[in-house]
Amino acid sequence: MADSRRGFLLRAAAGSGALMLSGCTSLSQQSWVVNILDEVENLTRRAQRLFAGSHALAPEFAKADIAPNFRANGTLNPATADYAAHAANGFADWRIAVGGLVERPLSLSMADLHAMPARTQITRHDCVEGWSCIGEWTGTPLALVLAAARPKPQARYVMFFCADPMGDPSAGAPFYYESLDLLEATHPQTILAYALNGAALPVENGAPVRLRAERQLGYKMAKYVQRIALVENFNQINGGKGGYWEDLGYNWYAGI
Amino acid sequence: MSTPAADAAGHAPPARVPSWLRRALGLAPRGPHYFFYRHRLPVRIAHWLNAVVLFVMLLSGLQIFNAHPALYWGISSDFAHPLLSLTAQGDDTHLTGITQIGPWRFDTTGVLGASDENGQVVARGFPQWATIPGPRWLAMGRLWHFLFAWLFVANGSLFIAWALWSGHARNDLAPTRDDIVHLLQEIADHARLRFPRGEAARRYNGIQKMTYFLVIFGLGPLIVLTGLTMSPTLDAAFPQLLWIFGGRQSARTIHFLCAFSFLGFFIVHIVMVVLSGTWNNLRSMISGRYVIEGERHG
Repeated sequence: MADSRRGFLLRAAAGSGALMLSGCTSLSQQSWVVNILDEVENLTRRAQRLFAGSHALAPEFAKADIAPNFRANGTLNPATADYAAHAANGFADWRIAVGGLVERPLSLSMADLHAMPARTQITRHDCVEGWSCIGEWTGTPLALVLAAARPKPQARYVMFFCADPMGDPSAGAPFYYESLDLLEATHPQTILAYALNGAALPVENGAPVRLRAERQLGYKMAKYVQRIALVENFNQINGGKGGYWEDLGYNWYAGI
Repeated sequence: MSTPAADAAGHAPPARVPSWLRRALGLAPRGPHYFFYRHRLPVRIAHWLNAVVLFVMLLSGLQIFNAHPALYWGISSDFAHPLLSLTAQGDDTHLTGITQIGPWRFDTTGVLGASDENGQVVARGFPQWATIPGPRWLAMGRLWHFLFAWLFVANGSLFIAWALWSGHARNDLAPTRDDIVHLLQEIADHARLRFPRGEAARRYNGIQKMTYFLVIFGLGPLIVLTGLTMSPTLDAAFPQLLWIFGGRQSARTIHFLCAFSFLGFFIVHIVMVVLSGTWNNLRSMISGRYVIEGERHG
């Protein structure tokens, strides 16, 4: 784990020799420092879980608190011909594959999702940058989808693979992806949202389906979700850190 | 003062050094004096740990702030009406840094809003010399901030527990009735740079007590709690935090104000340390020994 984080840091350092300007900046590239920082993340996760447990609910708000324009961040419109075709078709043929370590792999259409019990929640979206925005989300509790797929006992994480490339895919740019552990994935407010403020989810907010994990920061809430996979660990997936931003050095645990 | 004269052994009298300079240089006072054990070991350890921790907390905090250099009041961000924002205007060839506080706008190019990063003026809230790491690197700023946040809480909790257990809080820090009654006089004396001497210097004066008391038992806990309120998971565990601070964005603003209150405290603290005897103060916070002028009483 430390090696690939270190590799990233060395690449970042090579990209800018001037990074060595300040002492703390150069310390940030030492693997033993990075190991300590990784351990702090584990400590923070354990401490927060101690108090929040698996069921403490994120605060929900009143209709009057909803932002007139929900701020969209990250990808605003996936730049692929495939996505454009789905959008032109009103996402009628969009399917979400649920696979990996499950007894019963699924392929859910939007109609399948709509047919399942739904949850509507007015919640606050907290970006890692520091801002907050309130919106009303409607979607299918992920716990129901997982229960239908019947995770195998060794499954520990739920991966979300998305339709938005983070750069030029022909140049090897990765597609956005994210992961939650089963505790957060089966939380009552963790939903596959298909509506925002009572209307179909707009493209800039992740149409047709995005993840909402209300006790986490915004980057965990993958948009344009196309494939869900249960895994035992994510060491071999992309950068091995469990998410697009995690591969770039952000904490996997995003409860803070 | 009597006229200087050679002593019995024939040594020439020392040249006169003004008393303020003697104090600044740490020279023993000319008159009678004695050493007094002023700061106990836990105070000294907590003090220097805290100095390092606060330094990293402030600079990594400014790195995090730079990811969205604006403050709001309430439960969410009203992007059109920030309380404060540090933005950049213009194009790549010429950027102007704008600091906006409520309706007031200031050109702060070079320091706030737009400043030099590795030889190029870029849009950034606080300048490179004020952030850890220097260049824009939110992920690493967060890692530093959260590591030192644990250290801040551990150090602060141990110190407060010790202060309550040992009587330091009650005997040395809690302002007395007398301190409060004489506060105005104390402020006037401080403004004229007259600091307590002799026996009176063995204790913290009223302003010191009130300041230290508020910083340790007010500002410290407040900056921790407002920091925790920004965590979405802890908001689920303790929604009371949101009620206390009026929402996550208010908490973030209070957190920012607390950080700059710490900075203000630090600046005044350093000025006072220098004016009231740099080396005597510094030595007493390293070894505990503090020179008191005058005869020892009791």
